[in-house]
Amino acid sequence: MSVTSVRHNKIDLALHQLRAAIDETARPLLLLHGLGEHTPAEAPAWVTSWQGAIVGLDFTGHGNSTIPSGGGYTAELLLGDADAALAALVEQSPDGMITVFGRGLGAYIGLQLAGARASQVHGAIMLDGPGLAGGPTGPTSQSFFSLPPSNTTPDPYALVELGRDLRPPDYVRSFVQLAIAGSKLEEPVAVCTVFRPEWLAAVADEHGVMDVPLAEALETFA
Amino acid sequence: MPHGTPAPNLRQHDYRRTLATVSHTAAILDQTVPFPGAEAPSRQYDIDANGIRIAIHEWGDADAPPMLAVHGGFDFARTFDLFAPRLAAGGWRVVSWDQRGHGDSGHAELYSWDADMRDALAVFDHVGRGGPLPVVGHSKGGALMTQLADAQPFRFTGLVNMDGIPYKRNIPDIAEHERSKMMAKDIASWLDHRRRTSDLQRKPGTIDELAQRRGRMNPRLEVEWLRRLVTTGGFESEDGWRWKIDSSMRFGGFGPPRPEWTLMRLPGLPMPFLGILGSEMEEMGWGTPPKKVLPYMPLQGRCEVLEGVGHFVHVEQPQLVADLVLDFFGGLK
Repeated sequence: MSVTSVRHNKIDLALHQLRAAIDETARPLLLLHGLGEHTPAEAPAWVTSWQGAIVGLDFTGHGNSTIPSGGGYTAELLLGDADAALAALVEQSPDGMITVFGRGLGAYIGLQLAGARASQVHGAIMLDGPGLAGGPTGPTSQSFFSLPPSNTTPDPYALVELGRDLRPPDYVRSFVQLAIAGSKLEEPVAVCTVFRPEWLAAVADEHGVMDVPLAEALETFA
Repeated sequence: MPHGTPAPNLRQHDYRRTLATVSHTAAILDQTVPFPGAEAPSRQYDIDANGIRIAIHEWGDADAPPMLAVHGGFDFARTFDLFAPRLAAGGWRVVSWDQRGHGDSGHAELYSWDADMRDALAVFDHVGRGGPLPVVGHSKGGALMTQLADAQPFRFTGLVNMDGIPYKRNIPDIAEHERSKMMAKDIASWLDHRRRTSDLQRKPGTIDELAQRRGRMNPRLEVEWLRRLVTTGGFESEDGWRWKIDSSMRFGGFGPPRPEWTLMRLPGLPMPFLGILGSEMEEMGWGTPPKKVLPYMPLQGRCEVLEGVGHFVHVEQPQLVADLVLDFFGGLK
């Protein structure tokens, strides 16, 4: 396994090459971990059937990536992280596209990336994992607080702020619509989760979203 | 790396050193453009807000009762150079701070609404020592304080919100696919910007050039005032003046929160509340029609609408607005 650094604004993100491509004509698979996780040391067994390179990104404040001072995490910031990884990976891809595989919080970010960069994402696979539920779907009585500085990952601010990140279903659905509008695939999103919080149930109900087992999703986007 | 072990490359560039040096130089040369009625702060110092350096600016007698003044987005504390001295003349110690990434405060790795709120709490704790404070906020500063007043009412004796009451934008009735295209464009533009920010610098220019650029966002403000802003919110280097604000920041953006969610918090505010709105809509304003806000006033609240005044009510009419604020807080002193 090798690790390279990808810059996103003032953050150095760790991009882990978990396995080289078996078939050089196959596109890369980008793994996005869940909340509080980091990229595993080796490619998980459930994705080893993938023929392209398997790469994992450590989000800001996670794994080997930079810990920012004083928090300020949002899902949209992590979308920027994923986009920085995308920019690095499309250069290695035979067709200029990648497939995204996200667990928990990473599933939500993967969906956002599939909508934001639809022409470069050949399918987003969403799987159960930490941070899948997310925060409320509308305004709440909020608490504000501060935490002592941390020099270890995961950053406690990441755990708290991303754990309560707003996910209104209509906002999330708009990323599905963008993915469909900009992708060559008729069904560019695959929901493979058992747990379906409100936002994800709304995603799964959308036209253009597959509700399939993981193995089938991997095969479809290969 | 296993969970809980130290990560390498934990901290990025120390922007503080650069800015501190620049501030020091500016103080020696004092190139501040004069403007009638404007005064520099009496005291300036930094506090540490959980790892972020926050620059504090104070006007008035150090022993006078404190009042917090919170600036808007893409502004900085010195934009109160006209307004704060008038409040100080009314017997207050006016305390403002540069929000993270703005003015003389540190440039953070991340920016968010919650992070701004956290920095604000550090200032409240520093100034109020646990007690409630009178607070006046402009634009984004007003919206931030409205949300904080709802979440932590015990920190406020009263709140003045100057043209910082967000309202649902009137988006023309467009087809759904057109709306999606607009969103796609916004997101792609934001992501493209993020890809460039690691080595992005603000464009240098002369004082007049920067004032002219600022004037596009602040078309109602006098050129001399904009020139002063360059010398209080910018720094001079070998190739010209630049704004101090972090180059990674930009106007707009996207995300799930909606402007009207702040408005919904207004009716329940338990402290005395004064809204001051300008009737003229502007680029940097929320585009809030005053008549839409009036039904949301809290029980102890009222709203003053200043006819013929734009978003920067405290710059266009500093004495009038200061008098309103002094009168409002006078009874609470």
